[in-house]
Amino acid sequence: MDTTPTDSLAPPAPAGKTVTRAGDRVFLGLSRGSGILLLVIMAAIAVFLTVRTISAVSQDHGNFLTTFEWNADNTPPVFGIAVLAYGTVVSSVIAMVIALPVSIGIALFISHYAPRRVASPLAYVVDLLAAVPSIVYGLWGALYLVPHMQGLTAWLDQYLGWTVVFKQSAPGTAARSLFTVGILLAIMIIPIITNVSREVFRQVPRAHEEAALALGATRWEVVRMSVLPFARSGIVSASMLGLGRALGETMAVATVLSSSPVLTAHILDPAGGTFAQNIASHFGEATDFGRDALIASGLVLFVITLLVNGAARMIIARRKEYSGAAA
Amino acid sequence: MSAVVQDQPRSDLRPPLAHRRLPRWAPAAVAVAAVAVACGIGAGAGLSSHLQWGLIALILFVVGTYALTSLVEGRRQAKDRVATSLVWACFILAVVPLYSLIETTVAKGVKVLDGNFLTHSMGGVITTGPGGGVYHAIIGTLEQVGLASLMAVPIGLFTAIYLVEYGRGRLAKAVTFFVDVMTGIPSIVAGLFILAFWIIILGFGYSGFAGSLALAILMMPVVVRSTEEMLKLVPNELREASLALGVPKWRTILKVVLPTSVGGILTGVMLAVARIAGETAPVLLLVFGNQLINNNPFSGAQSSLPYYVYEQYANGNDASYDRAWAAALVLIAFVMILNLLARGLARWKAPKTSGR
Repeated sequence: MDTTPTDSLAPPAPAGKTVTRAGDRVFLGLSRGSGILLLVIMAAIAVFLTVRTISAVSQDHGNFLTTFEWNADNTPPVFGIAVLAYGTVVSSVIAMVIALPVSIGIALFISHYAPRRVASPLAYVVDLLAAVPSIVYGLWGALYLVPHMQGLTAWLDQYLGWTVVFKQSAPGTAARSLFTVGILLAIMIIPIITNVSREVFRQVPRAHEEAALALGATRWEVVRMSVLPFARSGIVSASMLGLGRALGETMAVATVLSSSPVLTAHILDPAGGTFAQNIASHFGEATDFGRDALIASGLVLFVITLLVNGAARMIIARRKEYSGAAA
Repeated sequence: MSAVVQDQPRSDLRPPLAHRRLPRWAPAAVAVAAVAVACGIGAGAGLSSHLQWGLIALILFVVGTYALTSLVEGRRQAKDRVATSLVWACFILAVVPLYSLIETTVAKGVKVLDGNFLTHSMGGVITTGPGGGVYHAIIGTLEQVGLASLMAVPIGLFTAIYLVEYGRGRLAKAVTFFVDVMTGIPSIVAGLFILAFWIIILGFGYSGFAGSLALAILMMPVVVRSTEEMLKLVPNELREASLALGVPKWRTILKVVLPTSVGGILTGVMLAVARIAGETAPVLLLVFGNQLINNNPFSGAQSSLPYYVYEQYANGNDASYDRAWAAALVLIAFVMILNLLARGLARWKAPKTSGR
């Protein structure tokens, strides 16, 4: 590694001198350089994606923001992100609506409800599940979850079809819809949100909980009055992290969703698409220009996840300042 | 607080210890009853999906618990019981799909997983027929992940050292913030960046190395974050003792700080490796996939385990599905073993700090 040459450069200098030693300077340079390199990479990502995006969008014969279809390889190219943006948001929202309460439940279960003998192996298992590669979720989603969603989809269509949202245009089609994608994404991000929330729940000062217990609160009242208020911003940032993951998920969506350039409120219909899925499915047969167009959609995704993650980090940072969580 | 205490019915003047309580077996009894009734309803109404049976049982259980407890123990206790059962329900609700995922992968994966599968490539195999294997994909994954680690680990390590040992002021703040933001970059965006930079602008071809560049970008923030946490755990007394003896700072870091936290750092690196080993999207964009064995990551298309799973899935026939499941099982096993090793290492080599 890079550290070995520094050994010969600077033998331990005699003490009592204020001059900075060569070894120190090299080491500081290396470590500061690495930090700067990270910043450069982030900047480069933004710059290179933007450069390709400008060259692609300037030749778009549709409207990049409002066109539905993605025909970047046609002449003239017509493509837009309307369907992709809609599909990304809808599937992520479905995932969050399902995953957030369930994850908080599991995190509470591990931190406050489960017997200790169960809790720590369980935390371990949740940790492991967060490491399962997304393509495995995708394979399972496409070959196992989709057929098993059939019953639920039909049931939702039958009893909740009047809400328009749960209306199926063609009952009985395979459940390769944004709804199924949302559920699969929820299953994928539950371990992530659970892990972060569990950490936050563990930091709740014992004194708060004991004070509530001493006043005769039931366990739920302890959770509601001392644990959840303390952990609120932690939960927000955990869910933002999960949301970021759901927004950018590629393979699980690409395998499950049967995409089409249709923007519909019927989330049970096999239609729509997401940014990442669109890139993965169109990349194979894309021309040089088509690749630039895909990069343009990638830039939009990049900016969205940047905003979501940045917001999450700001919330965490603000919390650290005045909560005294370290104490 | 006082509002909650006043929630108790005023008429309830018995001393608290004499409160009527449900017997310990009551939740279990309600659960059994709920499942039984749900099975009855499910079978009676001819619902095909067992998911629906489960949901009905769940709703019956929650409603039943609330009704029973509020009758016997009062509203506050009832709310507490409902919360408890909801928390348990969340746990079960989440375990079911996750268990099913593992179970399905293992059950379907072992079908074609054997020595032949691990030692052969897809060369000369008809995609609709049985046979073939993942050897080329394993080679690809190992090489790409290895190269990515070679790039990401030193940079990540030094960045973490900078943040913990040197970092003051605006640069350190910016690095911390962007490391956090970088953690959230979708893998496909990292892939697109390398595509734009390495393949389109610099004009290199598709190769395993291009893929490992993208993987390195995904790996760096993870290494930085975990190393940083570990370095922070090293007690300051150790640093001060070393510096007080006149040891230069860089030697203090190299000989005192790093050895103290080496276990945790290695754990973090292995977890990061496990994470990027499962990334498909960058490989899809940059390595392009290959049916044959290509041992050279610097030229020509390669395959990788996650890509292989996707490719076989996309073939869309039963023989390919079998191969996809088997490769998924290999991939999960690889990632899980790395994880278990990393955690074992973390426990074994945990820095000896005082307190918790």
